[in-house]
Amino acid sequence: MSDEQLSVEQRNKRTLKKLLIWAVAMFGFAFLMVPFYNVICDVTGLNGKTSSTAATQAPETVVEDRTVTVEFITQKGDGISGEFTSETKRVKVHPGEITLVHFFASNPTSSDMITQSIPSVTPGEAARYLHKTQCFCFDQQTLLAGERKDMPMIFYLDPEIPSHINQFTLSYTIFDVTERVAGKNNSVAAN
Amino acid sequence: MSTAAATHDDHHDHHHAPTGLKRWLFSTNHKDIGTLYLWFSFAMFLSGGFLAMVIRAELLEPGMQFVDPEFFNQMTTVHGLVMVFGAVMPATVGLANWMIPLMIGAPDMALPRMNNWSFWILPFAFTILIGSVVMSAFGAGNPSAPNFGWTFYAPLSTKYGPASTDLFILSVHMMGISSIMGAINVVVTVFNMRAPGMTLMKMPLFVWTWLITAFLLIAVIPVLAGAVTMMLTDRHFGTSFFDAAGGGDPVLFQHVFWFFGHPEVYIMILPSFGIVSAIIPAFARKPLFGYASMVYATASIALLSFVVWAHHMFTVGMPLAGTLFFMYMTMLISVPTGVKVFNWVATMWRGSMTFELPMKWAIAFVVLFTCGGLSGLMLAITPVDFQYHDTYFVVAHFHYVLVTGAIFSIFAAAYYWLPKWSGIMPNKTLGELHFWNSLISANLLFFPMHFVGLAGMPRRYADYALQFADYNFWISIGGFWFGLSQLLFLAVTVLCAMKKGEKAPAKPWEGAEGLEWEVPSPAPFHTYDTPPVVK
Ligand code: HEM
Ligand SMILES: [Cu+2]
Repeated sequence: MSDEQLSVEQRNKRTLKKLLIWAVAMFGFAFLMVPFYNVICDVTGLNGKTSSTAATQAPETVVEDRTVTVEFITQKGDGISGEFTSETKRVKVHPGEITLVHFFASNPTSSDMITQSIPSVTPGEAARYLHKTQCFCFDQQTLLAGERKDMPMIFYLDPEIPSHINQFTLSYTIFDVTERVAGKNNSVAAN
Repeated sequence: MSTAAATHDDHHDHHHAPTGLKRWLFSTNHKDIGTLYLWFSFAMFLSGGFLAMVIRAELLEPGMQFVDPEFFNQMTTVHGLVMVFGAVMPATVGLANWMIPLMIGAPDMALPRMNNWSFWILPFAFTILIGSVVMSAFGAGNPSAPNFGWTFYAPLSTKYGPASTDLFILSVHMMGISSIMGAINVVVTVFNMRAPGMTLMKMPLFVWTWLITAFLLIAVIPVLAGAVTMMLTDRHFGTSFFDAAGGGDPVLFQHVFWFFGHPEVYIMILPSFGIVSAIIPAFARKPLFGYASMVYATASIALLSFVVWAHHMFTVGMPLAGTLFFMYMTMLISVPTGVKVFNWVATMWRGSMTFELPMKWAIAFVVLFTCGGLSGLMLAITPVDFQYHDTYFVVAHFHYVLVTGAIFSIFAAAYYWLPKWSGIMPNKTLGELHFWNSLISANLLFFPMHFVGLAGMPRRYADYALQFADYNFWISIGGFWFGLSQLLFLAVTVLCAMKKGEKAPAKPWEGAEGLEWEVPSPAPFHTYDTPPVVK
């Protein structure tokens, strides 16, 4: 049916329907922004997130004539009352050189605690060139009651790291996720 | 039989104009609903204004005076929310309801029942929001009202939000549903209900700007709804959209919010562009300069508004290429905006201008909105924004574009169309007092904010360094003065509503153009039951 043959009411309904669909689609688009954002960040390192999986390839070369300063800072998120520090505060490395850094976390409370650490790199563009072969942030770490845990992290910088990045900061925030994990398990059990 | 027929006829006559409370509760008439929207938004303007008075009282002098910082944060938050969603947006929807059918020769809005709904949701939404402030001030234990700023950034509003955040989420959902229904109604009306001969390019600019605003609303209000829904599930249903501990990212919140937020600021200003484009030609007695370029400029502003959102978040640490992109795109918007300002000035150029009240407000709009645009351009320069961000300079910027911009144009519209709405000319003496007092006090209120902002005074704090004391004193004086001046407008509108004053002719302004001036003043309950002839 062409538009002219419809009454005004019918045309109104038709336009209404189209616009409603559009509104609902835009509601969906808000949620689509989440995976979009994550993909864009993964590809560009936009938000300073480092890869959440271990690098499997060894560096091809070590660029002996360049040094990059890497600084480490630690922050305690909600529910963490113990210690969370890095043994090394700053290290000068050659791109391609494999380096080990120790982090320590303690649980002074009388119950076990599950923690998750979240890394972030500033400036964000350096994140892509940071390859970790081992990191305590890849998995949740359980701190037994009263335990002080040594959490090693092994990394190397991509030999391709652009020459204007001479220094960057890697920050870790540790969170107590015990309840969150318990909540998940409960809802699984309830199902 | 004949008596039965007569009573039936009687009944039929009254059927269209019920009286008393029912008339307003069940109204599907675009003029009644427009009136409801306008009174509602004025009530919100005064309530939000009251919260601003609390802010300015606290900032009158350095140190803590009247409220504690926690309550101060609730004031800035709810002030912003009430003004944006309660005052400016419903006012423009009210104007759209009243004027669009009259301007395009339609008997009513296309979807009258939905129209009733979209208005009547609002009082409930704002009762919920403002109720949480009342509880915080007077309730047992003073439970906090929303306190995270009108931009409700996560995790302040998720992990650290007070219990009333859930009420806030509900009320934002309701406001959103109301806006979307209102916007859909405008689009359907403009598309399907125009009088024969009223082609798109003959429509008054107010209709054009509202049509484009409506499309913006339908596109971004659902995104706002998505943002608050994610907040809700983060708070209560174990998701981690914005929670770093669960793998989410608080910066994502800012992207989602500003994807809505920047188009939102244009939602608030585009109808103003339409108002001013109606008023300036009327009092310059010349047709609008560059009608078609106005239409295209409005459309390009609307399109560009989707690709500039990150200028609100230059400091989150974006890569250089990203900041450059958003910087240039933002500056690009000022080109179509500049076209508009140029066209308004060119319309006045060599016109036979007179300066009745609507024109005074419109000219003040052009000048002061342009000031706000200029500070916007300064903020758009990324490295400069690193210094200005989250200072009073930003507060100065958006109050110039929103108060002396959007709200001044709404006053212009009210003085221009009140004769048509009420049949009474707005009181000239009170109107002049309202205009001059508002003009001077608004500048006293907002201009020094630039200076304290440049000197580094941060926004959203209950106290400030001693060096800012003198400026803040005068800013507060300007604030109280501006607030009190608005009571003059209350007097003007109440006089018109009570039908006290000079009777208005069908066309009270000599140079005014448009179909709305061809119906009597006040506009009868039903207009254009048969479509008008469009020349
Ligand atoms: C030439 C046009 C404009 C430009 C270039 C511009 C640019 C900007 C920039 C860069 C910011 C971010 C400042 C910061 O937070 O550091 C900003 C903030 C803001 N602008 Fe504009 N703007 C323009 C016009 C407008 C208009 C027309 C409105 C509304 C009617 C508006 C409303 C706002 C608001 C409400 C904020 C502050 C949001 C907040 O953080 O609370 N702007 N503007
Ligand atoms: Cu913006």
